Amino acid sequence: MIYQSLRFIIVMHNSEIMEITVLPGKNRNGGTENFRQITIRPGDTISIVGPTGSGKSAFINDIEMFAHEDTVTKRTVLVNGKMPPEEFIRDPSKKPIAMITQNTKCLADLTVESFLDMHIKSRKLSDPFVIEKTISLANEFTGEKIRKEARMTSLSGGQTRSLMVADAIVVSDTPVILLDEIENAGIFKEKVIECLKTHNKALLFVTHDPLVSLLSERRIVMKNGAVSDIISPGDSEKEALSEVLRMDSAMSLLRERIRCGELIKSIPVL
Amino acid sequence: MKLLIIAGPPSAGKTAVVRQIISRFNPVSRCAYLKIDVVRAFEDKELYDEFKIPTKKIYSGDVCPDHVGILVMKDAVNWAEDNNADILIVESAGLCLRCSPYTTQSLGIAVLSAISGTNSPLKMSAMLALSDLAVVTRVDLVSQAEKEVFRERIKEVGRDLDIVETNALCGTGLRYLFRAIENQPEIEDLDKVVLRGNPPLGVCTVCVGKKEIGWENHFGVIRKLDSGDFFFRGD
Ligand SMILES: Nc1ncnc2c1ncn2[C@@H]1O[C@H](COP(=O)(O)OP(=O)(O)OP(=O)(O)O)[C@@H](O)[C@H]1O
Ligand SMILES: Nc1nc2c(ncn2[C@@H]2O[C@H](COP(=O)(O)OP(=O)(O)O)[C@@H](O)[C@H]2O)c(=O)[nH]1
Ligand SMILES: [Mg+2]
Ligand SMILES: [Mg+2]
Ligand SMILES: [Zn+2]
Repeated sequence: MIYQSLRFIIVMHNSEIMEITVLPGKNRNGGTENFRQITIRPGDTISIVGPTGSGKSAFINDIEMFAHEDTVTKRTVLVNGKMPPEEFIRDPSKKPIAMITQNTKCLADLTVESFLDMHIKSRKLSDPFVIEKTISLANEFTGEKIRKEARMTSLSGGQTRSLMVADAIVVSDTPVILLDEIENAGIFKEKVIECLKTHNKALLFVTHDPLVSLLSERRIVMKNGAVSDIISPGDSEKEALSEVLRMDSAMSLLRERIRCGELIKSIPVL
Repeated sequence: MKLLIIAGPPSAGKTAVVRQIISRFNPVSRCAYLKIDVVRAFEDKELYDEFKIPTKKIYSGDVCPDHVGILVMKDAVNWAEDNNADILIVESAGLCLRCSPYTTQSLGIAVLSAISGTNSPLKMSAMLALSDLAVVTRVDLVSQAEKEVFRERIKEVGRDLDIVETNALCGTGLRYLFRAIENQPEIEDLDKVVLRGNPPLGVCTVCVGKKEIGWENHFGVIRKLDSGDFFFRGD
């Protein structure tokens, strides 16, 4: 048994005090998961790692919908140690969680502008500049600019993902953000993470990316549909992290050169 | 006995939702199932094989399935009661989006898919506005923002509509639907059950299979292209 009992306090915009607790469910064979509880706070960064199909997306889905033994995993998610009020789940304007799913397509037949406008309505915001702010933030994450007249269905995978991340930060503006493989769509993940970290939110990254994993304070390891380990490396991975940072910036440089159409005859040693 | 009437466009996930309802309530509350469709339906056989509950199907042929549903509803309630059912689940074909098959003394459930396009709630507004509860399926395939935009769109049709979002294959999120079913009163007086809304203007000759185009070839309630009014032409 891993006794991972971290107690944290979340101060929401409405200054309610909140903590989110995940209680164990069952793995694919019906066995109980190997932890007592996982608690989440703002400013906290957690990565969820594990092989394909190990249940990473299922884990953050449970949090997004405040599972109550009613998902495949049979987990329970509490707020302040209790069942969350129904409005947290059913009223988008009260929901303290935003999630960026693994999907890179948005099927809504609306323009970017009217999509954001409707989302702003559902989140009951009044700031008239939210649409502009969201689009310009999204454009910092993607190489090809998004125009507000574009149709959602015509955006590329990376553009869609950038817009959804910006939407989570500016429109949803929730204390908890769940991100499912942001590294996948070719967006500028360093910029996304940097921007997310300035907002003192709880961030949960489902990831296959070594850098994103090492940048998080805690790592939840998934196996066979269940949490198999929770690692809090502290300073013990410091050296590895600086090495990975170096390798990653070399890779980013290389990626940009290839994207720009260069012929790669040599790689500068950093 | 409780009566649940489930409507929604083809492939919206109605049967997937029915499966979840049966899994949750049967056999403590015995479920019976009636499927009304136009030409082909397989659900009765599938659900019988899976759950061994009384099932039945009826084909409406050339006539609007929702209209047929109304005609057979009383017989269906008696059939389910004869089979000792506690819950009768009626799945409509939901082809004609002008119709709304819900009756009084029933729980009216509209099922729609989150990937059917942002305008679909507006297109099926008759079916939505008269329902008690809207179940949005396939939320596993959309982003959270998209889900919230879709919810907002449904609210445009029915401000007070109870909305339940689900991955109907796993039954996630259906606890609110189940609660509504638990709280649903039984049918009190079958003779007083009536259709909730006004059905679309009477069955016309197109509805009964007359194929010629042009209003000159039809009787009943008809219209011309350039006069927006409907008028009645007797036989
Ligand atoms: N505890 C569990 N019991 C039963 N099924 C589960 C469990 N956890 C996850 N699943 C199911 O297993 C499948 C794969 O899980 P999931 O999509 O979460 O994998 P993933 O780790 O995100 O994979 P990828 O890296 O490919 O995105 C899903 O259909 C999910 O519903
Ligand atoms: N991914 C996903 N598929 C679904 C969901 N609901 C239904 N389906 C699938 O959609 C198809 C049509 O569903 P069905 O229940 O038969 O629709 P009906 O015609 O309205 O009864 C089937 O293949 C279902 O498995 C859902 O919530 N998520
Ligand atoms: Mg996944
Ligand atoms: Mg069906
Ligand atoms: Zn009709």
